Amino acid sequence: MRRHSYLLVNLGLALAAAIFFLASIYVGRGGELLLAKLHATDGTDRALAWLILEEVRLPRALLGLLVGATLGLTGAALQGLLRNPLAEPGLIGASSGAALGAVLVFYFGLASGTAMLVPFGGVAGALVALGILYLLAGRDPSITTLVLAGVAISAFTSALTSLALSLAASPYAIYEIIFWLLGSFTDRSMDQVRFAAPFMLLGAVLVASTGRGLDALTLGEDTAATLGFNQPSLKARAVLGTGLAVGAAVSVTGVIGFVGLVVPHLVRPLVGHQPGRLLLPSALAGAALLLAADLLVRLPTGGPEPKLGVVTSLIGAPFFLWLILRTRREAP
Amino acid sequence: MKLRVENLRASLGGARVLRGPSFEVEGPSFIGLVGPNGAGKTTLVRAIAGLIPFEGDISLGGISVDAIEARARARKIAYLAQGAESHWPLTAERLVALGRLPHLEPFRAPQPADEEAIEHAMELADVAQFRHRDVLTLSGGERARVLLARALAVEANLLLVDEPVSSLDPYHQLGVMDVLRAYVDRGRMVIAVLHDLSLAARFCDRLILLDEGVIHADGSPAQVLTPETLRAVYRVEAQIGGEGRSFFVQPMKRVE
Repeated sequence: MRRHSYLLVNLGLALAAAIFFLASIYVGRGGELLLAKLHATDGTDRALAWLILEEVRLPRALLGLLVGATLGLTGAALQGLLRNPLAEPGLIGASSGAALGAVLVFYFGLASGTAMLVPFGGVAGALVALGILYLLAGRDPSITTLVLAGVAISAFTSALTSLALSLAASPYAIYEIIFWLLGSFTDRSMDQVRFAAPFMLLGAVLVASTGRGLDALTLGEDTAATLGFNQPSLKARAVLGTGLAVGAAVSVTGVIGFVGLVVPHLVRPLVGHQPGRLLLPSALAGAALLLAADLLVRLPTGGPEPKLGVVTSLIGAPFFLWLILRTRREAP
Repeated sequence: MKLRVENLRASLGGARVLRGPSFEVEGPSFIGLVGPNGAGKTTLVRAIAGLIPFEGDISLGGISVDAIEARARARKIAYLAQGAESHWPLTAERLVALGRLPHLEPFRAPQPADEEAIEHAMELADVAQFRHRDVLTLSGGERARVLLARALAVEANLLLVDEPVSSLDPYHQLGVMDVLRAYVDRGRMVIAVLHDLSLAARFCDRLILLDEGVIHADGSPAQVLTPETLRAVYRVEAQIGGEGRSFFVQPMKRVE
């Protein structure tokens, strides 16, 4: 009976993600629909509509799907690994490393030449951050060491990002950096999606492989070890997978906050608290949520489009507060 | 199946905790591991469970435990840690089901044998009525039994339990000891670290008294728990009386 309900929840979330994905392709600024124009009698109109579909809407929708799924999946995995409901994918420092890498590309004025250098710099930054994490934490780190090292890396890379901002030569570079950091899916090319997708998929596979190990961790590291799960390998897969996937996501879209933190909490009432069982529905819910949020930001007709990362944080932060209050009530 | 521990040496933080105890256990047996604080009981159990590095040899059925692949070993040796807890509010049934993890094939759902083992374990530990309850809302005694059922569900030939009754009231202490006894009576081996000597004497087939990392006495409860050993190892004067299921040890005062 309950196995059926787990399946139903996943099917429902997949359906929601699919609907928002299609909507993301066909719905434009101010809710304008592309559908009619795709079958327009005027050849130029039709060609233009297809061009928009392929070059603008499709990469945007794909990013919503991939990045949303990445954030939901890795958020659930890290909360399971750290056995802490307040963990989020940025905690291990890979996403701030990715942000720094991308910002440096803007800083040196390379972004205008080749747009591809931004995600490239981002992924390189994420990999460097992961390398430093490995050096700091060692082969078999405790959870505390892992979190402390991640926090240190995040703090340092954020400081360097601020330094790059304050030293930027031209106001245009500052403008570019700030807007990029706010996080958005607009004006991203298919090439960028093609570059980042393999990293996200590889990361997702690594993270997905930890499901049963995360279940075992419910009983603590010692018990998980006596259930046959090699702890260093489990941690390495969860951390490396999260770093690769989130680093690649940030390299293309900038920082999109709170989704990885919030989504597992939204899913728990539906499928329970078992960490391994949270992974799939969290990925699906993350995709649905981020695609929906990206639809929301393009609905206003006048003025500049609100940045997606700003909107997710605007919605996510109050939810986070509510979570803290509820946790405090439950454990006085 | 035979468990053989030979000249076991292990250190914690530079201090040598185990100084070469050796013993053998064969067939279904309930072994009580007793001894004062710091004697090395937990370290011994953790070494057998594969949680700490050691020198010397531990073998199960003639095969050194280091040579057994992790999952296979997890099916042979189950471990219930001291003060075990659940980090997430799982239902009791889902928590007990975690004991089947070493038996699950990758990408395969649990098989009927797994469901059976879970039911068996819940029945044995008398927790089936909590099946759908969140374990974090259960009382300490109820939760201890659910966590014990998790370890039973592994259906390992050797079950290691570290102070399973120390935080429980007398009713629940007897309940847990009954469950362990029943597990042994189904043909398995249990090694339990125990502080309550009366409980240990009443339920165990054999006691191993550890002191400062070596075995001070090894035998039937009446052989091990004598006024002399209690004075030498525990540094207490004690009244000892009764026999079999009514055996008791009552520490009276410290030896100066």
